[in-house]
Formats: sequence, structure tokens, C-alpha cells
Amino acid sequence: MSNWLALLRPGDWLVLLISAILVGLSIPTFWQGGLAERAIIRQEGQVFADVDLQTRRQLSVPGPLGRTEIAIEPGRARIVSDPSPRQYCVRQGWLVRPGEIAICAPNRVSLQISGRTKVYDSISY
Amino acid sequence: MTPSVTELQVTAEDRRVAWLATAAVGLSLVDAAIPSPLPGVKPGLANIITLIVLTRYGWATAVWVSALRVLAGSLLLGYFLGPGFFLSLTGTALSLGTLGLAQHLPTRWFGPVSLSVLAAFAHIGGQLLLARLWLIPHDGVFLLTPLFATAALVFGTLNGLIAAKLLADTPATNSRP
Repeated sequence: MSNWLALLRPGDWLVLLISAILVGLSIPTFWQGGLAERAIIRQEGQVFADVDLQTRRQLSVPGPLGRTEIAIEPGRARIVSDPSPRQYCVRQGWLVRPGEIAICAPNRVSLQISGRTKVYDSISY
Repeated sequence: MTPSVTELQVTAEDRRVAWLATAAVGLSLVDAAIPSPLPGVKPGLANIITLIVLTRYGWATAVWVSALRVLAGSLLLGYFLGPGFFLSLTGTALSLGTLGLAQHLPTRWFGPVSLSVLAAFAHIGGQLLLARLWLIPHDGVFLLTPLFATAALVFGTLNGLIAAKLLADTPATNSRP
């Protein structure tokens, strides 16, 4: 055993240490919240549609101001158009990560991405 | 015997590359025979040869041996020009590039284990990128990153130790010109 350890030079230990830290860090980086799997569309706080992010499709959600158009693509979703005056939810663009949400408040429509596990925005006690 | 029309001049260097590539191909076959829980997680035993060639005969010879190994290995295992071939080629190209840079690290401090670990990370990084860009165009591929990175660290260390042991046990005879 000791003659195997003698083959490691000081820099090798450094490389191994840094690599182990990077591998350890890669776990929370890549495994948090899982994949974007579903898009939940709410209207007036009620679930309007809960769609799988597998296929390409368009949805039209009616609200008090007009219709909000939503595009679903494999692994992502976005609000294409909305009658809200400031267009905040449209300008958010594609939502790809679990927990991301676009809210069109004036038209009372929201689009949220969910994955296998629930990701919290914040937790208070 | 009928005299041959074209006479190939075979140098000692050619013979050496051929022998080393043969050894590397042999180890690739051993690699393929080892059952793996996940496609892509392989010991990469042939990299032991690459590391030894790099240390003893230089980077250019290592490139030759690796290229021949990828080509002959894929022909023997039947995935030549298939997705596995391009994954293997990309991984090998990136790890050779990394080795080309890493060989300039001071050898007093950094031995074969460092080279092996760095090459293993470059190898799997290249394969993941190619898989993302070409085979599975979805970020879900990167969910496998922690598994592949762990495998790269473990097998990179083991291969590096084996290469270091072989280099220490066999005195450098036919060394770099």
C-alpha cells in the first residue's frame, strides 16, 4: 500500500483534492430540483392546465383583459403574448428550470415550471 | 516470393507505435468486456498506455497510438462511424489536448496521476458536450454529470497509479530521442 502512495507527488494530492471538491459541488449544481417536467398554468389562482413538457403545443388562456398565449416546447415554456400593459411576463422569455414562474398579474394568469421535486423560493419560520 | 511493387519503409518508430497501439486496443477490448452500470462509465484502461507513451516517447507518439486505438478498437467492437465512435473520438481528442498542455506542468510536483485525472475529466467533458449538442439536445444530459465526474475521478486516479507504477518499475530504455 505504502509503495503505491509513494507514486503520488505533492501536486497530485492537490489535483485530487480540487477534483474531489469539484465533483462534490457538481452534485447540488446538477441535481437540484431535477428536470423541468411540467408546466402549470393558473388563471385566477385556479389551475387552468397542467401540461407535460414533452411536446410542442400552444395554449390560449382567457382572462379579464383578453387572451394570454402560451407556448410549450420540450423542456421549456414561455408566454408568447399577453394583453398586460407592461409585458413583464412576456419579456421573461423561456422558462427552463423547475420553480421558475412568469406572472401576468393584470390578466391574472401565471405559468410555472415544476420538476420532480418541489423547489422553494423562500422558507420562513 | 513475388517482389512487391511498392516497398514500405518501416522505421523503428512505426513498429513501436504499432506495438503500443496493439496493447491499447487490447485494453480497449478488456474495457468493453467489463460490465458497466451506465453507458459511458468505463475504466478506460487504454489510457494507461497513453500515459506511458506520453511520458516515454512524447505527445506526438501518444496522439498516434490513441488515434489508432480509437480506429481499430471501434472496428473490432463494431461501432465504427456510429455515435459511440464519435463520442470516443471527441473524448480522446480533448484528453490528448489536455495532456498536451498538462505535460508542461513541473514533473517534480505533478506525476502521471495528475495527468490521468485531468485527461479523464477532459474526456468525459468532451463526451457530455457532444452528447448535448448532437445526440440528446436537451439539458437533461447534464443530470449525469455528477456520476460521470465521480467515475472520471476514481478511474483517472487508478489508471494514473497503474501508469506511475509501470513507469517506476520499467527503466526507460528506448527513451525520447
